Amino acid sequence: MMILAIFRTAMMALRRDRGALALSFVLPVVFFSIFAVIFGGRANSTPKVKVIVVDEDHSRASGRLVKGLGGEGSLSVKTRPAPVKGAEQSDYTAASAEAAIKDGSVSVALVIPKGFGEHPISFGPPDASRPTIQLLKDSSDPIAPQMVEGLLQKVGMTSMPDVMAEEGSKSLEQFAGNLTKEQRERLDEGLRYLREHPDAGSAAGGGELIPVTSRVVVGQNHEDMVSFYAAAIGVMFLLFTASGAAGALLDEAESGTLDRVLSSHVTMTSLMLGKVAYNSVLAFTQLVVMFLWGWAVFKLDFWTHIPGFIVMGVCTAVAVAAFGMLLASICTTRAQLGALSTLVILIMSSIGGSMFPRFLMPEAMQKAGLLTINAWAIDGFTKIFWRDEPISHLWPQVLVLLGIAVVLFAIARRVARRWEFA
Amino acid sequence: MAPVSSSAPLCIDALVKRFGQVTAVDGISIELRAGECLGLLGPNGAGKSTLIRCIVGRVIPDAGTITVFGAPADSAAARDALGWIPQELALYPRLTCRENLQAFGRYHGLSGAALHQAVERCLAWATLTDRAGDLVKNLSGGMKRRLNMAAGLIHQPKLILMDEPTVGVDPQSRNHIFEMIEKVRDEGTSIIYTTHYMEEAERLCDRVAIIDHGRVMSLGTNAELVQNAFGQRSQVTARFAGAGERVAAWVAGRGGRSVNGSAEFTIDRPSEIATLLDEATRAGFELVDVALRKPNLESVFLHLTGRELRD
Repeated sequence: MMILAIFRTAMMALRRDRGALALSFVLPVVFFSIFAVIFGGRANSTPKVKVIVVDEDHSRASGRLVKGLGGEGSLSVKTRPAPVKGAEQSDYTAASAEAAIKDGSVSVALVIPKGFGEHPISFGPPDASRPTIQLLKDSSDPIAPQMVEGLLQKVGMTSMPDVMAEEGSKSLEQFAGNLTKEQRERLDEGLRYLREHPDAGSAAGGGELIPVTSRVVVGQNHEDMVSFYAAAIGVMFLLFTASGAAGALLDEAESGTLDRVLSSHVTMTSLMLGKVAYNSVLAFTQLVVMFLWGWAVFKLDFWTHIPGFIVMGVCTAVAVAAFGMLLASICTTRAQLGALSTLVILIMSSIGGSMFPRFLMPEAMQKAGLLTINAWAIDGFTKIFWRDEPISHLWPQVLVLLGIAVVLFAIARRVARRWEFA
Repeated sequence: MAPVSSSAPLCIDALVKRFGQVTAVDGISIELRAGECLGLLGPNGAGKSTLIRCIVGRVIPDAGTITVFGAPADSAAARDALGWIPQELALYPRLTCRENLQAFGRYHGLSGAALHQAVERCLAWATLTDRAGDLVKNLSGGMKRRLNMAAGLIHQPKLILMDEPTVGVDPQSRNHIFEMIEKVRDEGTSIIYTTHYMEEAERLCDRVAIIDHGRVMSLGTNAELVQNAFGQRSQVTARFAGAGERVAAWVAGRGGRSVNGSAEFTIDRPSEIATLLDEATRAGFELVDVALRKPNLESVFLHLTGRELRD
């Protein structure tokens, strides 16, 4: 009987606590849906790997290889940048492909060198004098380069059967011939190599059919990846901190302190700006602590990136502070704020790249992520710490984050009119 | 600090404020005299706090005007002249007493030596100097109330609005607060004091406005209010054994009213008591006790509104 009474009381309380209800039922469903979309269960749209292919050879073999790669459903092959204002752009070069990786447009590129067509496929031991395909990659994406390399070998076999036969006969001629004493020795030498190097197929430029040399263009220093996690996790917690700190406004409204303050010389606008300034400093300090910890414990190269860190840190801090102020102004109680901020921040963090990198998500989800503060902040920090880009390249992130801050603050100020007068 | 005019400290004219279907303030007109303590006496929900919030500019009236020393209520000059002590403990709980006073002083434009002096003056006035470094959340209820009052006086306002400053305070602390109020009143500060405690109004206020349902039912000194409501008449309270519907009907028929199981009558002369008791005996009621008393503010309120102050 008593158990039933306790049960009924808890049910009544839950029914009247909309925040708790939302957390209990809406949040799990929303999260389930986001994860389902990201990992392709429902959307059936595994993200295509974007790859730039530079054909420096312009031979029959290289052309067929490019065509074959283009026909792969899981690859999105680009040979030239998208038209600018309707004007076609010239083909990528090795340099422009490398630049595209550095600015984060793609995470992998293939450069087919001049002379590749003379010996596109290699049987037997590696030959350093032969031109090999260069695979340029961003090491923050561990999946795309491996996928491209595997598909390159597959395309080599399927799109160039005649080349394979030709190269095979050349090898046969080379190794077999009439099996003179000398030929026997050379064949034995080749077979000995294969026996002694059973893993030759996985070594760069080794015994692959199409020899490939990989080169990391971005992220040579592996410790820099720590900056990605510092930014990704940092922004999510900044959002929580900012919304919690902005909740002081609700406490003051509830206690009557807000009324008293507004009856002095303080206006609602100056009060909110003061709180945004405080919350921004709080958020910035939090970022400093996180990155200093990354430097001290994970050898993050913090000190050489100070100017970029300050630019991104300030913009991110102001944006999250304005976001927190908006949430606080929408809510009427701390409990409401707690529920709403948990819901919104976890959703933003999951699609904005704080929980897993956005490049692993379907393209539509990646675009949706751009609606979040997380995505822009993480992109900015990645540019500084991962790609070593100059501060001037941060302008899209700076503009968007400051724009978000202004818009969110303007909305929060409008909503806060309810506290000004009755 | 902006200069204030020599006009009346507070002038409220035909003020109306509605919240949806409820009219919280219904055409109130009051003029406060310089150096006067005016009590707004009424039960909870009478409209006192709404009136105060209109004066401090936190509620926008639907009609009527309010001037503070001749300046509109929402002007900077009025804000400088006004000190508001809200009913709630409007303080920062995680700051110390001194830090709270400094914060509110800065909000009113004080700084440097002026701020320092104002803080020390207010701490002394509230007898909190020795607790200046204590966090507000660690203070007793009475101390919090005193600090709440001090925060309203940090900028030395010429007109103070006190909205039930003794709510939830024990008798000893209440007496302490009365002494603080008497001190600023004696210094010539004009005060509006809202309460639903008759004793507070009688002790502190020069004049009292009895407010109910958003209207001023009567305004004057204690003596004037009693005189206007009762003249020279007195009140008789009688209690009968087994008081029930029959007694209530008899009381109503005799021109009295039943209040909390007692019968209450207004009489012109004390000799009327004998007649009253004779009639009760003849009607078959057994008298338990009887009392004769001069009417007070509570009686006036009951007389004017038909209900008690603490309904």
